[in-house]
Amino acid sequence: MKQVLAKADAGCATSNFLAAALERLPGAGLVPHIRARAFEAYARAGLPHRRMEAWRYTDLRALIGEVLPLAPRPDAAALARAKASARRVAVDQAVKLVLVDGIFAPELSDLGELKNELHVQSLREVLENSATGAMAGLVLSTTDDAVIALNAAMASDGLVISIAEGNTIRRPIQIVQVATGSSVSAFTRSYLQLDKGAHATVVQSFISAEGASGYQANDVLIALAGDEASLSHLRIAADAADAVNISSGIIAVGTRAKLDLFSMTCSGSINRYQGFVTLGGEGSKLSANGVNLVKDKLHADTTIVVDHAVPHCTSRQKFRAVVDDCGRSVFQGRIVVRPVAQKTVASLSTRALLLSDQAAADNKPELEISADDVTCSHGATSGALDNNLVFYLRARGLSEKDAQMLLIKAFIGESIEEIFADNLRDFVTAQAEHWLQERL
Amino acid sequence: MTLLEIQDLNVGVDSREIIRGLDLMVNAGEVHAIMGPNGSGKSTLSHVIAGKSGYEVTGGHILFRGEDLLEMEPNERAAKGVFLAFQYPVEIPGVTTMNFLRTALNALRKARGRGELSTPEFLKKVREVAGSLNITRDMLKRGVNVGFSGGEKKRNEVLQMALFEPSLCILDEIDSGLDIDALRIVASGINGLRSPERAMIVITHYQRLLHYIVPDYVHVMSKGRVVKSGGKELALELEACGYAQFETAA
Ligand SMILES: Nc1ncnc2c1ncn2[C@@H]1O[C@H](COP(=O)(O)OP(=O)(O)OP(=O)(O)O)[C@@H](O)[C@H]1O
Ligand SMILES: [Mg+2]
Repeated sequence: MKQVLAKADAGCATSNFLAAALERLPGAGLVPHIRARAFEAYARAGLPHRRMEAWRYTDLRALIGEVLPLAPRPDAAALARAKASARRVAVDQAVKLVLVDGIFAPELSDLGELKNELHVQSLREVLENSATGAMAGLVLSTTDDAVIALNAAMASDGLVISIAEGNTIRRPIQIVQVATGSSVSAFTRSYLQLDKGAHATVVQSFISAEGASGYQANDVLIALAGDEASLSHLRIAADAADAVNISSGIIAVGTRAKLDLFSMTCSGSINRYQGFVTLGGEGSKLSANGVNLVKDKLHADTTIVVDHAVPHCTSRQKFRAVVDDCGRSVFQGRIVVRPVAQKTVASLSTRALLLSDQAAADNKPELEISADDVTCSHGATSGALDNNLVFYLRARGLSEKDAQMLLIKAFIGESIEEIFADNLRDFVTAQAEHWLQERL
Repeated sequence: MTLLEIQDLNVGVDSREIIRGLDLMVNAGEVHAIMGPNGSGKSTLSHVIAGKSGYEVTGGHILFRGEDLLEMEPNERAAKGVFLAFQYPVEIPGVTTMNFLRTALNALRKARGRGELSTPEFLKKVREVAGSLNITRDMLKRGVNVGFSGGEKKRNEVLQMALFEPSLCILDEIDSGLDIDALRIVASGINGLRSPERAMIVITHYQRLLHYIVPDYVHVMSKGRVVKSGGKELALELEACGYAQFETAA
């Protein structure tokens, strides 16, 4: 299992690697064919690099070099370790679905609990049983992004969840993705469908079990929020300090539907969250927010592309980064307003707080506006903590540490306060405060 | 009892001398007014007493109750009872005034060896003082000084002064930006805090404030030192004649 799946410097890879993995990957009928095509697309492009605009600040070829071999199926010991870790990040009241090393672990999941309101299958089940291949094609669909194509070729498991028309799932659905191995990779892919008027909250937590190191996670979530549906999606990456996590969200939002997106990265070595949101139904609303908490040598990239494809849609984005040590935070926000998308309202604010001289932040807002009757605004700043503010607080009795803490909390709070549900906002706040406590 | 003793203080910023051989002695129970032209170093002096970084003390010393103040962190000074009402209070978005007051008060109480106030005790205290200063509940819910008018910021400083129970209050142009009614409210808030244990240094440009807060001593500061000291009549003299007569003296 030490062989390398795809050499990056060559920018291509032989399909032998896929052939070797295929035996272990689920999929009947057309699925191997879909995988092979996706792999070819990946192999042609190779890992993304800095000369590609979308990956300008996160040169995967330079940063990770190679894609590691597939993680072995978790054994009982791995599952036990995963269980212990998953417990630590459990959201209160959540329906928990656990993936270990890229494989769904029903024994660690609360599968039976919402049988009537929620239809949940593993990706494996869907790919093995998809008689016509239509569902498989949908779930394994790709874009021109090479990491998404590679994911389609290699996805070993994930969750396929659908919520029927008008159903409201009150408890959050939490997908916990645990890595237990070292120097291996896991490719996961989930598919989420909210039918008309359905409401749900889906939290994705990426964590590592004790002892896991140097692994790579590549995840894709495809979500459809139907007309008048409301989806809250939180993604929290708390990977091992030397791990790579590349997650992609491809989300379509229907007429008068609402999507609340929140992404927080608080550990790892290389992390990228890329969200592609299409506001495809009139009157739909997106609120996309997030926080990068960056220390040591972490490189954390949040890239959001919002496509205003129809008129009368609103998107608001607020991202904050706190960067310490030699860390680097990247935020790219691209807003596309199509010619037909009149009456679009779009705003984007991104700010970074640099806590050390070596810390770096790249903010790249990008507006591509092809309609004339729109309201769009964006702002990007980065800088150190304001000493006048720190001094004011210290002159009122706060220690330097407490003064910094209060100011940093207020800074990231600007983004966290956008999380609608109290319990999730508290959950995220607690994780962020934990990060701050450890740092200061 | 001597609260504050400043001897031959010299302070520079970026190798430029701003305070040059300043002496000042303040006893408990006294109110001292410092007046002086723009740029004479009044705010610099108040910042150095409160412990702001960026100033280089090149000579002299500052004792607070006999202890070397310059050796202390700003928060230690606050805990010992030094309070500076800033000439330009900063805005702190995202930290509500209420949360700030509570965090600061508890930090001070802890450092002074007292327990935290319970929520009802705290709220009662804040509302009482806020009410007397015409500070609305809405202001308390907003970020510290965020969107406050100039006068509201100054009233917020006095609110803090009343809550934090300092023994030395330095008021740096607390009257700037206040309308006539607000001046009266703020002055009566400050007068209410006068006590035999507490001293005040009132920095101002105008006799008008000193009409309400009657000082025991008035000092004229020019080019980084105290060039003349006297009783409250000195302020009236300054109002009539201006600073010109002292510029040469400095
Ligand atoms: N951080 C600094 N860097 C450079 N110069 C400074 C700095 N702080 C103060 N100064 C200078 O020191 C001098 C005294 O400033 P200070 O603010 O203490 O005056 P002041 O007496 O309070 O004036 P005002 O009545 O206008 O408030 C001024 O010339 C000012 O420009
Ligand atoms: Mg001044």
